[in-house]
Amino acid sequence: MALHFELVTPEKLLRSEDVYQVVVPGTDGDFGVLEGHAPFMSTIRDGEIRVFANASAEAEIIPVIGGFAEVNEKGLTVLAEKAG
Amino acid sequence: MASLKELKLRIASVKSTQKITKAKQMVAAAKLRKAQAAAEAARPYSERLEAVVASLAGKISVSAASPKLIAGTGADDTHLLIVANSDRGLCGAFNANIVKAAMLAAREMIGEGKKVKFYLIGRKGRAVISRAFPNQIIGSYDTTTMKEPSFDHAQAVAADILARYEAGEFDVAHLFFSTFKSALAQVPTQQQIIPVAIPADAPATADATVEYEPDEESILTDLLPRNVSIQIFKALLENSASEQGASMTAMDNATRNAGDLINRLTIEYNRSRQAAITTELVEIISGAEAL
Repeated sequence: MALHFELVTPEKLLRSEDVYQVVVPGTDGDFGVLEGHAPFMSTIRDGEIRVFANASAEAEIIPVIGGFAEVNEKGLTVLAEKAG
Repeated sequence: MASLKELKLRIASVKSTQKITKAKQMVAAAKLRKAQAAAEAARPYSERLEAVVASLAGKISVSAASPKLIAGTGADDTHLLIVANSDRGLCGAFNANIVKAAMLAAREMIGEGKKVKFYLIGRKGRAVISRAFPNQIIGSYDTTTMKEPSFDHAQAVAADILARYEAGEFDVAHLFFSTFKSALAQVPTQQQIIPVAIPADAPATADATVEYEPDEESILTDLLPRNVSIQIFKALLENSASEQGASMTAMDNATRNAGDLINRLTIEYNRSRQAAITTELVEIISGAEAL
């Protein structure tokens, strides 16, 4: 019951890990992604990604600028122009 | 035959040249490793972006109303050649090869009755291109302050080019850079970046019902300019790795040539030294015999 989360910027692959939940700032509003989310694609607005390592953990906050998020059967991939 | 003193000076001069080429070779080797790592680190992003753009582009039907970056301007008259070079020499035929490829393509396009404009990244190559195609360089980007390619630079170039595209300055843009194969081989490459070339065999991902937010077309409009930036960024990275590779090979050759030259000069030096001693001895002996 883990979601595979990848955060990629043009300069490097920033994160590639299994987490519980990620909240992404979509252009039309924030959305949370858990394991088994339906295939989904959205552009993101400048804001913060919140990563929850497990159900009870504190959110880890990663600021991101520009890009988009894709959810497929392999997990969540966020392509951001700038992050961290 | 040159005098002993001249030979000595010559050897000293070649030796100091050899020191420089050797140092440059080692610097290039160290930088190459870094540039290669940077090029590899950028690969996941561009690969994924390409996959997404291809799958999105396969989904929407291209019409006159589609984003201009996919549909084109409807004309094929003016071509912009974006030529990415380095700022420094001492890297063999690296810059010359890119410029040669670009000029060849330009002549071909002119032969087909098209108009050609140039946009230059980097300092080298400017002189050659401006001599062959005067008044056809519409812009350039200065990379002399750039230590290693960063995405910010690529974005600045892309923004400039996209603004010119919007202003209707050209219809098609090609990017010229050098693909890094290995330290020994760098291949000058031409790539069309505007309008986006859609691979004919785009992976059919239509079977998965993907939800889009906002709709496909808005995402695509958002992604295409990013795609241009990332292509330019990729070219800059490939270029910087290629430059270091070419530099390393060229300097390795130069160091070896200098070594050969030093050997030859040393032999010549010793010969003339011995000849001088022999002459002196002959003079003394024949003087003594005459007594």
